[in-house]
Amino acid sequence: MIPALAILLSFQLIGEIAARGLGLTVPGPVIGMMLLVASCLIRPSLAEMLRPVVRGLLANLSLFFVPAGVGVVAHMAEFRSDGLAIALALTVSTALAIAVGALVFVGVVRLLGRHE
Amino acid sequence: MTDAALIWSYLSRGPLLWLTATLFAYWIGDRCFRAAGRQSWANPVMVAVALLAVLLELTGTSYQTYFEGAQFVHFMLGPATVALGMPLFDNLHRVRKALLPLLAALTAGSLTAVVSVLVIAKATGLSPVMMASLAPKSTTAPVAIGIAEGLGGEPTITAVLVLLTGIFGAIIATPLLNLLKIHDWRARGLSVGVAAHGIGTARAFQVNETAGAFAGIGMGLNAVLTAIIAPLVLRLFQ
Repeated sequence: MIPALAILLSFQLIGEIAARGLGLTVPGPVIGMMLLVASCLIRPSLAEMLRPVVRGLLANLSLFFVPAGVGVVAHMAEFRSDGLAIALALTVSTALAIAVGALVFVGVVRLLGRHE
Repeated sequence: MTDAALIWSYLSRGPLLWLTATLFAYWIGDRCFRAAGRQSWANPVMVAVALLAVLLELTGTSYQTYFEGAQFVHFMLGPATVALGMPLFDNLHRVRKALLPLLAALTAGSLTAVVSVLVIAKATGLSPVMMASLAPKSTTAPVAIGIAEGLGGEPTITAVLVLLTGIFGAIIATPLLNLLKIHDWRARGLSVGVAAHGIGTARAFQVNETAGAFAGIGMGLNAVLTAIIAPLVLRLFQ
């Protein structure tokens, strides 16, 4: 467990250094995530070594954003005054994104099928 | 005998109490979620956040004091984000097989999510901080929080917006996609993963295995894509 955790943290660490050092907008952990995929492709045995710890982390992923979520108590005033606008933006945008994503996927599949 | 007030004043200042409370609140939330038959509206995080918010209010505890204990849990977001690379790695063969439709749908869905939320936010006069907090709302929470921080948004607001987006997306996905007559499980899953991250992905897995795998791919790739496009799109609205 400790070696796997050390490797995951190293990917994050390299990601943070790269993000800050190069002034990137991509968060360090996301760069770490890409490093993980790349490293597993180069060395598939690494995936097997990391897998048990990764499984444990991902199984409890929801727990990890509880502390940030509780932060809403400090912003209740904003949610009260702008609640309607926020709700409108969230719902319309989410429905649109689902519809557009699915329609484009099906559209491109159909387009490619016609050429084959 | 020591005064109960003294014990309380000792405990309320250390991290132990609020770390324990966070784990218990999540445990209760998870039990509610299971009791409700894993319905999206009974999201365990939502339940835990509500319980803790009430508890902080009742005990007159500030968020700052709470966070001193909860930061240990919060810290795990980083390594957990790195861990999200594993399902992506496991599903690379599916990505290769449907590369073009997948990339097209990912780009279209991701752009739609960011642009449309900002258009509505701007039109309804929401503050710049709220806009920056809303921009990454379709991305998985750990990544969205990181993106919002970089954009000058409020990470705690983003955390809640991300949750609400996931819950809403998970609830409407099936009726909406049926209405649009989309029967390809890959398209259905991918679009939900891109628009409604982990909560949408969990819902997709309940409906269909292929949809779930594609939702996971959508969520993972969108985390990377939103981190790149959200700052660019937001700049157009400032």
